[in-house]
Order: sequence, then C-alpha cells, then structure tokens
Amino acid sequence: MKKFFMKTLASAATSFAVVLGLSVSVFAADAEKAPKEVNWSFSGFFGTYDRAALQRGFQVYEEVCAACHGIRYIAFRNLTEIGFSEEEAKAIAEKYETVSPQYYWEDTEDFDGNPAKAKVYPVVTAGLSDKFPAKQFETEAQIRDGNGGALPPDLSLITKARHHGPDYVYSLLTGYEDAPSGMEMVPGMSYNPYFGGSQIAMANPLFEDQVEYADGTKATADQMAKDVVTFLMWAAEPKLEERHQMGYKVMIFMLVFTILMYFSNRRVWADVKKKKD
Amino acid sequence: MAGNSNFQSNNKVVNWIEERMPIFSLIDGSLGASYPAPKNLNYWWNFGSLAGLALVIQIVTGIVLVMHYTPNTELAFDSVEHIMRDVNYGWLLRYVHANGASMFFIVVYIHIFRGLYFGSYKAPRELLWILGVVILILMMATAFMGYVLPWGQMSFWGAKVITNLFSAVPVVGDSLVQWLWGGFAVDNPTLQRFFSLHYLLPFVIAGVVILHIWALHKHGSNNPLGIDVKSPQDTVGFHPYYTAKDLFGIGVFILVFAYFVFFNPNYLGHADNYIPANPLLTPASIVPEWYFLPFYAILRSITFSISIPFTDIVLIDAKLLGVLAMFGSLAVLIALPWLDRSPVRSSRFRPMYRWFFWILVIDSFILGYVGAQKPEGIMPTLGLIGTAYYFFHFLVLLPFIMPKYEKDTKLPESISNPVIK
Repeated sequence: MKKFFMKTLASAATSFAVVLGLSVSVFAADAEKAPKEVNWSFSGFFGTYDRAALQRGFQVYEEVCAACHGIRYIAFRNLTEIGFSEEEAKAIAEKYETVSPQYYWEDTEDFDGNPAKAKVYPVVTAGLSDKFPAKQFETEAQIRDGNGGALPPDLSLITKARHHGPDYVYSLLTGYEDAPSGMEMVPGMSYNPYFGGSQIAMANPLFEDQVEYADGTKATADQMAKDVVTFLMWAAEPKLEERHQMGYKVMIFMLVFTILMYFSNRRVWADVKKKKD
Repeated sequence: MAGNSNFQSNNKVVNWIEERMPIFSLIDGSLGASYPAPKNLNYWWNFGSLAGLALVIQIVTGIVLVMHYTPNTELAFDSVEHIMRDVNYGWLLRYVHANGASMFFIVVYIHIFRGLYFGSYKAPRELLWILGVVILILMMATAFMGYVLPWGQMSFWGAKVITNLFSAVPVVGDSLVQWLWGGFAVDNPTLQRFFSLHYLLPFVIAGVVILHIWALHKHGSNNPLGIDVKSPQDTVGFHPYYTAKDLFGIGVFILVFAYFVFFNPNYLGHADNYIPANPLLTPASIVPEWYFLPFYAILRSITFSISIPFTDIVLIDAKLLGVLAMFGSLAVLIALPWLDRSPVRSSRFRPMYRWFFWILVIDSFILGYVGAQKPEGIMPTLGLIGTAYYFFHFLVLLPFIMPKYEKDTKLPESISNPVIK
C-alpha cells in the first residue's frame, strides 16, 4: 500500500511537471532576445518590496517615464503604501490636475438659441483619492502624433502584461544598442534586441545621473532601471506582500492539517488493513 | 440511495424531520456508514471528491466576484483591476477563481484517466461515464466563457477564434456566428451573454453532478481490480473510511492549489490578458489556456479538405473537418463504453490495453505540447499524427484490433480474496 502510494505520488508529480513544462513552453514562443534574469527583492516565497527602491523607482517614474506613460490604476493615496506619509502623498497629488468626477450645470444655449443647461466637469487640483491622471486631455490621435505614431502604453500593469514581466522591462530599459551594421532602421526608431522586431519607438530613456536620488544612491542607468521596475511591479501587484504573508500561513496550516489527516486516515483504516494480512 | 440506509437517531428533532423528509437517511446512505464502498480503492479514487470541492470553490468565489464585476466592454477590465486593488481580499478571490479553473481541470483530467485505466465506463456504469463526459463539456464551455469576462487581449481574441469555429457549419455558419455574437463582431452583447451563461452553467454542472452521483450510487464505485463487489467483506462504510481518506486528499490538493494562488498566481495564465482588449490589434500568438491545448491541437491539425477525386468539388473543407475532429474527440468518449469490447474492466488484467492506455496518455501530452506551439516546422505533422492516433485508439484499436489479439486473463475471486487461481 505504502509503496503504491509513493509510486502514485511520483507519477502524479511527474504528470503535473509535464503539464507545467507545457505551459512554460507556451510563453517561450517569441523570437526576441531572452530577458536578463535579475534577482528581485520581491521574487521568491518570502519576497517583499524594497521600500527605498520603491520610492526611488517612483522618482524615476515621475521624472522620466511620466512624460509619456500613465499609471492610471494607481491612486495618490496608494503612495502611502510605499512609505510616503499622507502629507507627502498629498503634496505629490497637488502637483497634478485632474477632471473632477463632480459636475455642475452651466447656462448655455441649444442649437436653436434657446437657453439650456450644460454639464461641466471642472479640471481641479488632484487629491489623495484621485488616480494618476492619464493623458486624458489628449486624444489617442494627439498622443500618437506627438510620439512618432507610437502609443506609449499605460504602465500600471506592464510587469504582468509581458512575458517574464520585471526581467523583460529591466532588459528593455538597459538593452539599447547600436543597430547591427546592415540593418535598416525606420527613421526615429531605436534598436533594442529585447523588443519584438528589435525596433522600438521609445528612445533610450535612462542616462546616468538623470535624476538625483534623495538617499544619495548613485543614479546609474542600471540602478534607475532596477528601481523603476520595482516600483512598476508594485504598481501592477500592490498586494504581493499581503499575498506572500497570507500564503505561508496557509501553507503551514494546511501542512499540519494534511499530516494530521494522513495519520487519522491510517488510524481509521488500521483494523481493515490488519484483517487483510 | 436512501433505501439502503439503516439510519437511526435518539434525537427527537432529527427524528421529527426524518419522519417527514428522510434527509438524514439520504445523507447517511450517500456519504455515511450505510454507503458501502469497495475497500480496495486507491488514491486515484480521491479525485472525484476533489472535483466536487473544486466546483464548490468556483461557485462560491464566483458569486462573490460577481458582486464587484461589471460585464460591459468599457468597464470590465477596470472592474477586475478594482477587484484586485480596492476590494477587500479581492485579489485572493480572483486568484482563487482563476487558478481554481486550472485546478478543476487537472483534477477532472486525472479523474477521467483513472476511469479509462480501470475501466470505470463499462457496464453497468455507462450512463455514469456519459454524464461525466457531459460535465466535462459543460466545464469547457464555462471555462471558455469565464476567460472572456476580464476583457483582456486574450479574452477578446480567444472569443473571436472560438466563436468563429461555428462559421464552419455549412449554409447557416455565418448566421449562426452572428447569432452567437449578438451582432456583427465580438462586442458588448457577446460579453454580456457570456457573463449570463458563465453564471448559469456552473449550476447546470452542479445538477449533472447530482445525476452523476446518483448513477454512481446505484452500483457503487468501481475498484482497482475492476471486479464486482461480491459480499459485505469486500466493502467498508464510506464513512469513516473514505471520508477520512478524502480529507487527506483534500489537504494535499489545497496545498498545491495554495502554492499557485499565493506564490505563482499568474503562472498558468497568459500575460496578454493584462492588456485591455483591442479589436484592432491581434496578439502575436493566440493561445488558449493549457486545459484546452490538446483540443486546440486537434482543431488545427486538419489542414486538408475532403473532395471528390479529380474534381474541384469540396465535400468537407478543412475548417469544418477540424471542428468536427475537435468535437469528435469528445464524442468518441461518449461512445467509449461500446467501443471497448472487453468485459474485463481493470487494466491490471489487460496487459495489452495497459500499454495502449499509456500511449494514449503520452499522445494527449504531445497534442497539448503541439497546441501550445506556433503551427510551424514539424508541429503540424506532429499534431496530425497525434490526432490520427487519438482516433485510431478509440475507433480502430479498441473495437477491432484488440478483441482479436487480447488473451483472456483470469480475474481474482473477490476483492477480499484478490488471489488469482
């Protein structure tokens, strides 16, 4: 019985592994260069976000990325989760303008010149409860027009919306090279082997000492890339720490439960097994 | 079910209810000490109760998710992010529900292959088996429609590819697809009807599960020896023996489940589904969830049409043939009890079938692998061979070849005396 169980477990594990191997191969279909592997603070069973890296990453986002990219799922109040105080978060919010969800009625005229009322959503200073305003004052066409036809994606979910998310974004940010000789580049495009098709509309965004870190960390391009990826991973998966913490509580509880169930099951069956022998 | 219960109680309230509605003897006769189960069931028999648990988990988490989800193309993606970020434990609910679908399929596929190995589909359990296949088909429909609801890129393009299959139906194909869509493209009406059906079907599944269990309880579980229960010595009461064993199985199951939910929640999903649906931008490759990959491989394996030789008349075009093959791969399972002619149930006493069983398992994995790859290089050929073998197994090997070569083997006398004389 015991032997069969072990055999069973082994074959179940094997078939499970095959299923998993299968889904890995699903992700490995594209032809661009495989991303560099980085040992992130948030990876692994006990992964947490490096608070200092989060704040530095936010600074990089705000001073570099935000010129073109939004993070529309993040509210200013969320910044208190990465170590900013409420006052600091509020001060950051007040640098932004957003369209108020509350409207007022304005006197106007309809097409026939009769007096009418119009709903007006005023543009107001952002507060803690507001989300980071997307480029909502511009249309998609206007944005594309200002970016050589490209549409800079919102970054709220970018580290989950790409295969090997954080590694991919880091590799992309640090992977700019001169185009190989003989490769014909579309005007305005940059060469980046980590990007599908190797030609990307975004110019190399990160240069040494582009930002001045308040904590004195040297702002190399590599450091800024790592910091902003950490921040973007938090933006995509803000509950990661809560999830990991609950996870090992659940695993420990279930492990104890399962061991108890294993022995109680053996105890229940003891008389039947004895009769058999 | 209730008929075989000798339930008795000293509790007056219990007896009052039992007199008017014999629910306690029903439970006792279904899951209690009065339900006799073969005493030699191995751990492969745990997967039935696990499938039931997985269904319950999906329904419970699904009902709560609906309280926060909005089935509208403009709002669906944002409402999922709202669940992930702002709803208390919303991330937990969604990750349990999304990974729960994968867990449900893993458990059900193991349950099905257990049935194949030990001949659980044979008389008198044909209807039990067929109801199981019906549950599988309902699960596939439910999972497909559920995957559309977040309205990400893979949701949208998956919906488009799968609904387009119906355009292969001769004459009415295009009208049929428009009817499914509720318009001329996959759009808001499609999303809303998928939402409605995704909520309905799990309860239909629950209904068929009740029939499945009802049919099971008429003749009881099959067992690893595949021989009938001959005397009470061959059985033990379901409770406490199998309730205890199932609880242990549930513990192991939840450990695996929890690993994915808490430590690798997006591993079984596709990154593209975190990009909002864009009808103007086709993803680099459209790949279904892992549990559909073998069927997807069968669908794509047929790239030739059947036509009358030396003419241009096409009888069945490649697309329709692929769709027929895909649905056919499920239909052969329904016919299986009559395709397999051997009266012996368990593979333990069918050495030849045992080989073919494992080849079928490998074939299913190969099809799954092919389904995940782009149809380039060797893949289409491999898919075609895999598909051909799948149907060869069920339509040629089992009914025509095996009966000729399979030798009669002796079966053990009884479960309590499993010695072959």
